[in-house]
Amino acid sequence: MFDDFFIRALFAGIGVAFVTGPLGCFVIWRRLSYFGDTLAHSALLGVTIAYSLEFNIAFSVFITSSLIALILVQLQNKTNLPGDALLGLLAHSSLAVGLVVIGFLTFIRFDIMGLLFGDILAVNVNDIYIIWFGGALILLILKLIWKPLFASTVNYELAEAEGLNPNRAKAIFTILMAAIIAISIKMVGLLLITGMLIIPAAMARNISDSPLKMVTYSIIGGLLSVLIGLFTSLEFNTPSGPSIVAAALFLFILSLLKIKQTIKLKN
Amino acid sequence: MSSGNNILVKLKDAGIRQNDKWLVKGVSLEVEKGKIVTLIGPNGSGKSTTAKIALGIYKKIEGKVEKFTDKIGYVPQKISVDWTLPLRVHDFMVLTENLKDEEINKALTLTGVLNLKNKNLGNLSGGEFQRVLLARAISKKPELLVLDEPVQGVDFTGEIALYKLIKEISDKLNCGILLISHDLHTVMSATDHVVCLNGHVCCSGSPIDVAKNNEYKALFGDQASQILTRYEHKHDHVHSSDGSIEQKN
Repeated sequence: MFDDFFIRALFAGIGVAFVTGPLGCFVIWRRLSYFGDTLAHSALLGVTIAYSLEFNIAFSVFITSSLIALILVQLQNKTNLPGDALLGLLAHSSLAVGLVVIGFLTFIRFDIMGLLFGDILAVNVNDIYIIWFGGALILLILKLIWKPLFASTVNYELAEAEGLNPNRAKAIFTILMAAIIAISIKMVGLLLITGMLIIPAAMARNISDSPLKMVTYSIIGGLLSVLIGLFTSLEFNTPSGPSIVAAALFLFILSLLKIKQTIKLKN
Repeated sequence: MSSGNNILVKLKDAGIRQNDKWLVKGVSLEVEKGKIVTLIGPNGSGKSTTAKIALGIYKKIEGKVEKFTDKIGYVPQKISVDWTLPLRVHDFMVLTENLKDEEINKALTLTGVLNLKNKNLGNLSGGEFQRVLLARAISKKPELLVLDEPVQGVDFTGEIALYKLIKEISDKLNCGILLISHDLHTVMSATDHVVCLNGHVCCSGSPIDVAKNNEYKALFGDQASQILTRYEHKHDHVHSSDGSIEQKN
């Protein structure tokens, strides 16, 4: 069944969309777009480490991104620099170091474009397993921490006061972010993962009035983006990541029409 | 206050320092089942901070806090819900605990806002939101309620009704209440124990004791202690229609 590269890409993309849907909502609610971006940039370093040590890419990216998240927390506690400056610092320096390391690894042929923007031809059966098993695990954990995470997103003190342990939920969520980046990097590419996280969720925000609806629409939006994006990619030979994200943008623009309607109704 | 297993939360010489400045210092108090303890004091005297210490929101504190219950309902002084979150009153009610629909309806009915159940939280007025906050806190049938100015922005008649409700809840659920209030009338009439704060504990005790205390008078003025006497005095006489006093039999 997985013989055809397009079928493989389709399965991988659908798996990714199921996970980016709910995670993306939290990225928007908790204002973590740039945090996601930073983790994604640092993924390049993870990829180079994987290549030079002949390691599994997803695993290596997961470890590197988690470490970067940890370093970020340390820097936030120990310096007086604002959060966005620290995020920029880590994003660009890890990207730069990653590219420098690639320069040294002359014995390996790198598909830089594929790394940055995703490459459906590169998705193999192993990747599909990682996406589906890893993705299922991410969703399961997210379900387990949903209550404390969501409550503390609404109000941290309320969650803490009523005994929900929001700090633990936040730490686990950070690890989940590193994990989703690790499993979707081949598919979407590291420059566009954040787009895959936030654009379907932003689209969903425009058409929902409850958190659960927003998560549902976000998943549906992600799935549609993957389908439209991959077929376009196949038809016009465009890179997969940008095609998927452009499809998500298209859905977002459609959702703006709905907002206009509701505003008209209100007036 | 008496001892026993009825204590829900106990602060012993608790305080918190930020940048070498004490926000509040040396607070000792206990909240027992079925009792209402009220914190009073001027702005910036550390009332909310003390409540947050009791709730365990602050981690790096001096002194000791012991909590003997996990069933806590909290109404914070300030809460702002981000517009990025689509959140209806109904979603907010089940934020920290899964509730049955009838439990949600009951709590919203008690605070008089059942009609708002499907409204977006961002579209509520200040008073409506306050009623929802209170409904959420009582809906989970807590053992300890911490109410930080629970009736701010509520209209006058609503204010009286909500304070009555708080008193009822304390009796019915037999839960302990830590209340922060500016309304000295209420404090003095419905409270079992008053703690008067001004960065530290000025005085504490029953409402009558506190009202007589000189530090309390210095903090709130002579007027404040007369509030109590007005409440305390028992009518041993009746007023006739022309205002003259007739002795009761």
